[in-house]
Amino acid sequence: MSTKGHFGNYGGQFVPETLMHPIEELEAAYDAAQRDPAFHARLDDLLRNYSGRPTPLYFAERLTREWGGGKIYLKREDLNHTGAHKINHCLGQGLLAVRMGKKRVIAETGAGQHGVASATVCALLGLECDVYMGEEDIRRQELNVFRMKLLGARVIPVSSGSKTLKDSINEAMRDWVTNVRTTYYMLGSVLGPHPYPTMVRDFQSVIGREVRVQIIEKEGRLPDVLVACVGGGSNSIGLFYDFVQDTQIRMIGVEAGGRGPKLGDHAARFAGGRPGVLHGTYSYILQDADGQVVPTHSVSAGLDYPAVGPEHATLHDTGRVTYTSIDDTEALAAFNELCRLEGIIPALESAHAVAQAKKLKLSPDQIVVVNLSGRGDKDVAEVMRLIG
Amino acid sequence: MTRIEKAFARKAFIPYITAGDPSLEITCDLVLAMAAAGADVIELGVPFSDPIADGPVIQRATERALNHGVTLPKVLQLAKEIRKQSQVPLLLFSYFNPLLSYGLERLARDAGEAGIDGVLASDLTVEESEPYRSIMQGAGLDTIFLVAPTSSPDRLRKIASASTGFLYAVSRTGVTGEQLELAADLKEFLGTLRTYTQLPIAVGFGISTPEQVRAVWQEADGAIVGSAIVKEIEKHIGKRDLVDRVAAFSKWLRA
Repeated sequence: MSTKGHFGNYGGQFVPETLMHPIEELEAAYDAAQRDPAFHARLDDLLRNYSGRPTPLYFAERLTREWGGGKIYLKREDLNHTGAHKINHCLGQGLLAVRMGKKRVIAETGAGQHGVASATVCALLGLECDVYMGEEDIRRQELNVFRMKLLGARVIPVSSGSKTLKDSINEAMRDWVTNVRTTYYMLGSVLGPHPYPTMVRDFQSVIGREVRVQIIEKEGRLPDVLVACVGGGSNSIGLFYDFVQDTQIRMIGVEAGGRGPKLGDHAARFAGGRPGVLHGTYSYILQDADGQVVPTHSVSAGLDYPAVGPEHATLHDTGRVTYTSIDDTEALAAFNELCRLEGIIPALESAHAVAQAKKLKLSPDQIVVVNLSGRGDKDVAEVMRLIG
Repeated sequence: MTRIEKAFARKAFIPYITAGDPSLEITCDLVLAMAAAGADVIELGVPFSDPIADGPVIQRATERALNHGVTLPKVLQLAKEIRKQSQVPLLLFSYFNPLLSYGLERLARDAGEAGIDGVLASDLTVEESEPYRSIMQGAGLDTIFLVAPTSSPDRLRKIASASTGFLYAVSRTGVTGEQLELAADLKEFLGTLRTYTQLPIAVGFGISTPEQVRAVWQEADGAIVGSAIVKEIEKHIGKRDLVDRVAAFSKWLRA
């Protein structure tokens, strides 16, 4: 295998040939942007003045007292404009699309957060925006669907397969292969063919860089544990990336345990999957014995996906990051707890990370940073349906 | 010279069908009937759950096949059955994951034994094609790759040198499916491609009429028809004359 875009054995470029040219174009454009101070200046300005970065690192005092373990800090990505970390890579990719002269953007979305962030950035930069979204996710995330429409995007329902994130990526890739000359594919996670996993990680790594500065300001030292949920893996890699070399820090990625450990009932790729190729990259995939990708389940649409970003696959194999899973019930309990104890309604995705933090056996002098990747407004209707 | 290369002694007509649509038994009959009706190579689609390069027609065929539990081992078994009655060159057409999951060494051995002549994975780029390529070629299987109208000269060169059997030229950007007219720039694209390869060139994606087949033959060595045939199958599912109808359709296309 070539070494381009590989993380250990994982990653790479597995796409229909028609897409290779736009992918090579994207690689070149991204490399040039990386070296261009004007690109960084514009991105930094938007992150600060449009999205509201740096997001706060908040000491959750009541949660800490209630749990009686280590000190819990919440990285408040939920306070970003549009309510989640997705805006970080959308601003970056939007500026890149403009640089490349593309007038139309397509995106896929699960929970709707990446779709909303894409629609937002397209409105800001004057780009046409079509978002593919599974019918099942449209039902679960009605509010985000309307938000995207308000922002001028077209939401295209996807009725194939499991009608969730996986299928909306299939449709987005089909659109891309058809309209490759005019269209920028704003992929929403550290997934897909190279350069997406690297590029999206670079745009998200602002999370960890801010945490480093903020925790030293507050505690005078680095944290002991980092916790983040892992769907495709963008918020978690964003938090982890700057700390990978600080090997004394434990890092925990939390997958969706869904209804239970049976294949099809969860989205725990590391526990229940094996390496394979899906959506352009080689990574851990939930698949059957014949290499068919299996349906997944999670209460949270953003974690409901059968593959995981390739960099996570290598972080898993080397043991640098520990991957665990939290089931639907535990996530809902953590959702409630954060609402009542801290007055923060978290995204159900982020609630998985909160639930995992609760399980850690830490002493009071230890510090844990939990990435609160998004806010839960979008989930309120679904939670109401589930717990009344 | 491989059996696939020999098939290009005349202008080749290459139908695609999804194995197991609507059943493996009917696929066997379809292959035999199409071979008798003048098909020079037959592409057997091995269904994959996430066919990102395919349009709605082949997506539906894939879904039907998967619903019947069609797997790669069953398709290899089917090839053995076909080989008892026909020597028509067979090409396995799939995505990379089912092949990888089966095991590349094992696939090369079993496909060779089953009488398969070549393999194509539509999401396998030439960059990622080792060790797949040497394993398949080592077992005497042709490795066919796609070239697209968007492929740069550098890529055309790399892909041509990685391919054996023939080069599969995608007629236009997009997924599989019929279209009314062939792309205007097809002739120019094929002309460029010729300068990079001695291999036969077959054109696929969007070909659905005898006129289009003939137009493709003027510029290339073979015409591949997928969705139009799969749609003809779909139209006759459950009917007794399905095989005859599809064979007649195939003959009409080849005329």
